[in-house]
Amino acid sequence: MSDTQEVDIIDQVVSQEYKYGFSTDIEMETAPMGLSEDIVRFISSKKNEPEWMLEWRLKAYRYWLTLEEPNWQNFDLKPINYQDIIYYAAPKEKIKLDSLDQVDPELLKTFEKLGISLSEQKRLSGVAVDAVFDSVSIATTFKDQLYEKGVIFCAISEALHEHPELVKKYIGSVVPYTDNYFSALNAAVFSDGSFVYIPKGVRCPMELSTYFRINAENTGQFERTLIIADDNSYVSYLEGCTAPMRDENQLHAAVVELIAMEKAEIKYSTVQNWYPGDKDGKGGIYNFVTKRGSCEGAHSKISWTQVETGSAITWKYPSCILKGDYSTGEFFSVAVTNNRQIADTGTKMIHIGKHTKSRIVSKGISAGKSHNSYRGLVKVNKRAENARNHTQCDSMLIGDRSGAHTFPYIEINNKTAQVEHEASTSKIGEDQIFYCNQRGIGTEEAVGLIVNGFCKEVLNQLPMEFAVEAQKLLAVSLEGSVG
Amino acid sequence: MLSIKDLKAEIEGKKILNGLSLEVKAGEVHAIMGPNGAGKSTLSSVLAGRAEYEVTSGSVTYEGKNLLDMSPEDRAREGLFLAFQYPIEIPGVSTTNFLKTAVNEKRKYLGLDPMEATDFLKMMREKMDYVEMDKSLISRSLNEGFSGGEKKRNEVFQMAMLEPKLCIMDETDSGLDIDALRLVSNGVNKLRNKDNAFLVITHYQRLLDYIVPDFVHVLYKGRIVKSGDKELAKELEVKGYDWIKQEVEANS
Ligand SMILES: Nc1ncnc2c1ncn2[C@@H]1O[C@H](COP(=O)(O)OP(=O)(O)O)[C@@H](O)[C@H]1O
Ligand SMILES: [Mg+2]
Repeated sequence: MSDTQEVDIIDQVVSQEYKYGFSTDIEMETAPMGLSEDIVRFISSKKNEPEWMLEWRLKAYRYWLTLEEPNWQNFDLKPINYQDIIYYAAPKEKIKLDSLDQVDPELLKTFEKLGISLSEQKRLSGVAVDAVFDSVSIATTFKDQLYEKGVIFCAISEALHEHPELVKKYIGSVVPYTDNYFSALNAAVFSDGSFVYIPKGVRCPMELSTYFRINAENTGQFERTLIIADDNSYVSYLEGCTAPMRDENQLHAAVVELIAMEKAEIKYSTVQNWYPGDKDGKGGIYNFVTKRGSCEGAHSKISWTQVETGSAITWKYPSCILKGDYSTGEFFSVAVTNNRQIADTGTKMIHIGKHTKSRIVSKGISAGKSHNSYRGLVKVNKRAENARNHTQCDSMLIGDRSGAHTFPYIEINNKTAQVEHEASTSKIGEDQIFYCNQRGIGTEEAVGLIVNGFCKEVLNQLPMEFAVEAQKLLAVSLEGSVG
Repeated sequence: MLSIKDLKAEIEGKKILNGLSLEVKAGEVHAIMGPNGAGKSTLSSVLAGRAEYEVTSGSVTYEGKNLLDMSPEDRAREGLFLAFQYPIEIPGVSTTNFLKTAVNEKRKYLGLDPMEATDFLKMMREKMDYVEMDKSLISRSLNEGFSGGEKKRNEVFQMAMLEPKLCIMDETDSGLDIDALRLVSNGVNKLRNKDNAFLVITHYQRLLDYIVPDFVHVLYKGRIVKSGDKELAKELEVKGYDWIKQEVEANS
């Protein structure tokens, strides 16, 4: 590569900015900095919660106090000062509005800029959106149309008032607050998130999606999503997220619980694009999330699809507990890391029921000085006759300063189980890039093309409306990685 | 169209092209022959802009522009095409998708809108006929699991799709059986016209029975040491390269 070309590419990288790095200037109401029982009470009272909810939060908080931050990960984590975080931040004036006309135009504009239109005319048809800004849900579109079918799609804070029996029954049933450090923290201080209930026999008529936006400084975002698909129902749900560029690391510790009853199917897709920090690793989101689904009923199915491109550190393992006989769990993942990003992600497939099946497809792409690990557990319990698993883990390296690691754990307690694991590591080749160049395809485009080809199996799982976006995102996150 | 003057190039400090000169006009077909290691692939790589090769002196003018100043992708967009001796595989990217990207990148460079999907498909169908390209092949991952002959046909198919002005073919005939050779040659002959030119690099005279060249050059030790018409290729076929080597050694 000639000097001039090299300078060009460096120029591009330096001038290229995270597209969603702007912040919104809006008057906020925030909790005092730090964490205490009072803060937990403050959040609960802001949400006007029933007593039992507060009690649950307090139990979680007291339990959290007894825990220590996990340290089994294979990356360095600067200790987080939990007293330096603001646990609640909401745009002033409103709690929850009846109509979008009352939403602060500044907020509508913000979401508009993020490509999420909340106004009636411009909505993406076929997709209902719940927009979460810092600690609160701003608006949920198509709610009424969905409700006609019996589908409940609203903010979890609203569900607590409108459908308390459902929330009470299922919250913490898949991810109890005792599960881990961050799930305990989340249970204590979660402020909003989405709630979905699909009644028996209903195929949700549109894609549901939640868009998370962190805006305020020094805040953490702790949302909680709960999705229940009753017998014979189907839902496809997608979450997206972005945050402004800031020099401090911000914590995002969410909990997602999925429950699939008999013959129900939940498809849960994530396009994660939190601010990744700058090229030297300054700033960025710590994305520490607990996601788990329970296939409660026979023949039920849960599929996780994730495209992880953002965050300074991504640390999460969307998992499936396969309780129902003949239930199926799937995990399709693309994790891209560039510059100084770290991703430690994978899944757990716990086979409990008979004839349960699971499939894992993980594609890790590491560029720059980043580290990308797949960590996964396939566990087959004693009574899980005829369990099947297929795991495929592929890593792609761009440049020679990044790292790819694979940690597959397998625990088999039933000899009828069939578990297969395939893994590969490849390097994006100069030959491949030159071949593209020779056909008139520039280097950035070529990397995008090659990486998208590598991830095709996973990208094919995304709902149509988002697949194209995700492809572009992959290309953008690797910009400047070859030079 | 192409004017190469006293071109010298090296890789990892090893001198490979040692003062090569060549003039190519529109409508012409030039065959470049020579023993293994003569620098034929190096010449094609340098023309295509492969960064590993360092040009130490000389000049290359293409359509009035300094070719050596252009990035590889711009050379391609300006109509230079290289059919690779060893085509590269790209898993998960279909030939269709690859070509759609390539065609539209070129159009963008020329200030044109992306091609309509229907027009693109029509063009694909038309050009596939040139080399009897199989439908199932173009929807598969680019070159992955293709036989040697299929890869070479794919190169010529891509050439047809991109409608280049200067086509460089690096041993497109090697590894082809007689039927595949005929297919590939027919494709090339259909593409020939008064506005484009071909540099056909080959080791064997056989290909030149099908693609009849206007000029034949012998490349040896990084220089063109002999030029002639198609009869020269026939002579080489009979006599081999040794007499040329001896001639060169005697003169130096
Ligand atoms: N990447 C490389 N590194 C070192 N030497 C090379 C490289 N590529 C080619 N060469 C050398 O350059 C010479 C010319 O090679 P090449 O252009 O491939 O010849 P041809 O195509 O005529 O057979 C050979 O001696 C070859 O070994
Ligand atoms: Mg060669």
